[in-house]
Amino acid sequence: MKLLEPGTLIDGFEVGRCIHAGGMAHIYEVQHAPGADGKRRESEFPMAMKIPRMTAGDGAETIVSFEVELMIMPSLTGAHVPRFVAAGDLNRLPYLVMEYIEGQTLDHWLEQPAPLDAMAIARLGAAVAKAAHSLHKQNVCHLDIKPANVLIRPNGSAVFLDFGLSCHAHFPDLLAEEMRKAVGSPIWIAPEQVVGVRGDSRSDVFAIGVMLYQLATGETPFGEPATTGGMRQRLWMDPVPPRKRRPDLPEWLQEVILRCLEPEASQRYGSASLLAFDLANPDQITVTARGKQTEGTGFWTHFKRWLRAAGKQYQPSPLPSRQVEEVPIVMVALPHYDVTDATLYSLREAVGRSLGIRPGARLACVTVISSGDTSSTDSERSETTVHRQHITRMRQWAEPLDLSNHQASYHVLESGDVADALLKYAESNNVNMIIMGAATHGLQMQRFVATVPIKVAMEAPCTMVLVKQSLPFEALAQ
Amino acid sequence: MKWALLSDIHANIQALEACAEHATRQGVERWAVLGDLVGYGGDPLPVVERVMQWHADGACVLQGNHDAMAVTPPQAEGSLGAMTAAWTYQQLPPHCRRFLAHLPLSQRLGHMLLVHASAHQPKEWRYVDNERSAQQCLDAATAEGDNATHVFVGHVHEQTLYYQGTGRQLMPFAPTPGVPVPLPKHRSWVATIGAVGQPRDGDTRAMYAIYDDALGRITFHRVPYDHGAAAAAIRKAGLPEFFASRLEEGR
Repeated sequence: MKLLEPGTLIDGFEVGRCIHAGGMAHIYEVQHAPGADGKRRESEFPMAMKIPRMTAGDGAETIVSFEVELMIMPSLTGAHVPRFVAAGDLNRLPYLVMEYIEGQTLDHWLEQPAPLDAMAIARLGAAVAKAAHSLHKQNVCHLDIKPANVLIRPNGSAVFLDFGLSCHAHFPDLLAEEMRKAVGSPIWIAPEQVVGVRGDSRSDVFAIGVMLYQLATGETPFGEPATTGGMRQRLWMDPVPPRKRRPDLPEWLQEVILRCLEPEASQRYGSASLLAFDLANPDQITVTARGKQTEGTGFWTHFKRWLRAAGKQYQPSPLPSRQVEEVPIVMVALPHYDVTDATLYSLREAVGRSLGIRPGARLACVTVISSGDTSSTDSERSETTVHRQHITRMRQWAEPLDLSNHQASYHVLESGDVADALLKYAESNNVNMIIMGAATHGLQMQRFVATVPIKVAMEAPCTMVLVKQSLPFEALAQ
Repeated sequence: MKWALLSDIHANIQALEACAEHATRQGVERWAVLGDLVGYGGDPLPVVERVMQWHADGACVLQGNHDAMAVTPPQAEGSLGAMTAAWTYQQLPPHCRRFLAHLPLSQRLGHMLLVHASAHQPKEWRYVDNERSAQQCLDAATAEGDNATHVFVGHVHEQTLYYQGTGRQLMPFAPTPGVPVPLPKHRSWVATIGAVGQPRDGDTRAMYAIYDDALGRITFHRVPYDHGAAAAAIRKAGLPEFFASRLEEGR
């Protein structure tokens, strides 16, 4: 399709200037065309029109990708995808009109002359991971996450562009075929995608890992292979540890990056929300040998893995929304005053039961203190001291729990409104389950004032467990 | 326009009414019954009368193998199906039999082709139950030069959507009940819409589908109905116990 002149009318849209001329498509600014009365309908948001560069000679793949995008985009909701406006008839004039979003693609950060510091990388990574989680909850895997397809809004949140290779678990996959083949971009493609598995949400976690690696080191972990054979390398090969390329990189960041890049999907973060959680709480990351190493994996290990990868069978992908539920973030609200041993005991029992059946589930222990509890002048009550005290108390509380298969972290929130602080925390960390004690004090007041647990329960963005206190040896005391 | 696509009712009036009610709530404007109104079930007359009413109001109604068998029941008692065919014949007054006897095997409606079994030799009642038979069905639907792109069939009692991936063969897709699936018109599709009156996948709920030709999408539905009453009708009629119990188990 030739470049359109500004002012061209297409199905009620007036084409403006071309804002992007990519290899696959042109993107134009558009607005609603004036009606018969000469008046122009105002759109709620700025709009862009994407027109694929298809000519008769083009490969079927370009057209299919555009079809896939046409199929999936209208079904997506949320702040991490451009809003869908309209689509053109594919037989007549294919186009897609969507929300135009202000911002810069991740390429902008990769093109910076100086490397980014670790916290800036973590912030970008957490934003992308949150966006990916929002897609996965809608049963969509993006499968082509790369810097050019990730837009960062001025407020720091991420938006995905281009759903041409995406896979929606509830729609037929137009890119599937009986002879499975690699579909993706060579730099960022996940190992399972290389062998033709489409629809694993952890493939997106891998791609985010590649981008983090790029942001951290300025280099790609697996190069840019031109053949399927070259792409197969990542089925068995570990990349050079980022800290070998950039020694000043903190161990926790390498831990996160290499975990995303594990060849086996089951060894990566089970969900993008877990990745976002780690990147938002670097001080809570448990650093293993993976994070510390500065030498690459040796020849023999690679050789053995290569043999294993050659004969590997791949299972169909789990449903993305179910995979997300398999590794929940469980949050427990621990009161720090006016609380009985029985309540603390019962809370621990409830947490143990919730984690027990879900290996990989993550525990976040949270306590809310009032802003007046810390002081900037009194060193006894300095923020660090007070927080450390609370964190130690929470660690002691968690001591009896078997956390061998779970990551746990401890957080002190400062707020005057306990319920509000808990809700905001659950919302922004994509918590799957809140566990807290049912109110035991202030029962007389309950008829008049909604208690903290009631308020949280009413507005919780997820499942909530209200724990009644009970001690197994309570009866003995009578 | 929203089309309700119903097939394989098998004399199950409870299931038919539940689906009809569900479809009406979804704002369906046109009705299509893809054959096998009778056979197996205990209420052939109420089902045929209900469908005749729709037909009089402009619904598209096709003939299935069980309808053909009920009109001319086989003399020898071979299969269980043949046995109920003889019983069904007795239950239907002549005008109902005439209605069933004169139904077409397939019908073309714009870009849609409706047929009870495979469009490939419809009289042979072939099942569309894998990629290859779906391809054969699609080839037959497009062979006559009229290029039907959306082929809707019944007969197999399951809900599957066959589509063209990037490979040579058609691919099967198992739809999620209640989730609308886009069916763009520039592609070819073969959908088996499932059975209203005799589900066999371990789920007792009735199956049907709604195709919205304006939005270009299909929604496969599962609808709960009083399968206890349907089984009781079969027992009351003295038909084989197996037909009653399979409705209770969805097998």
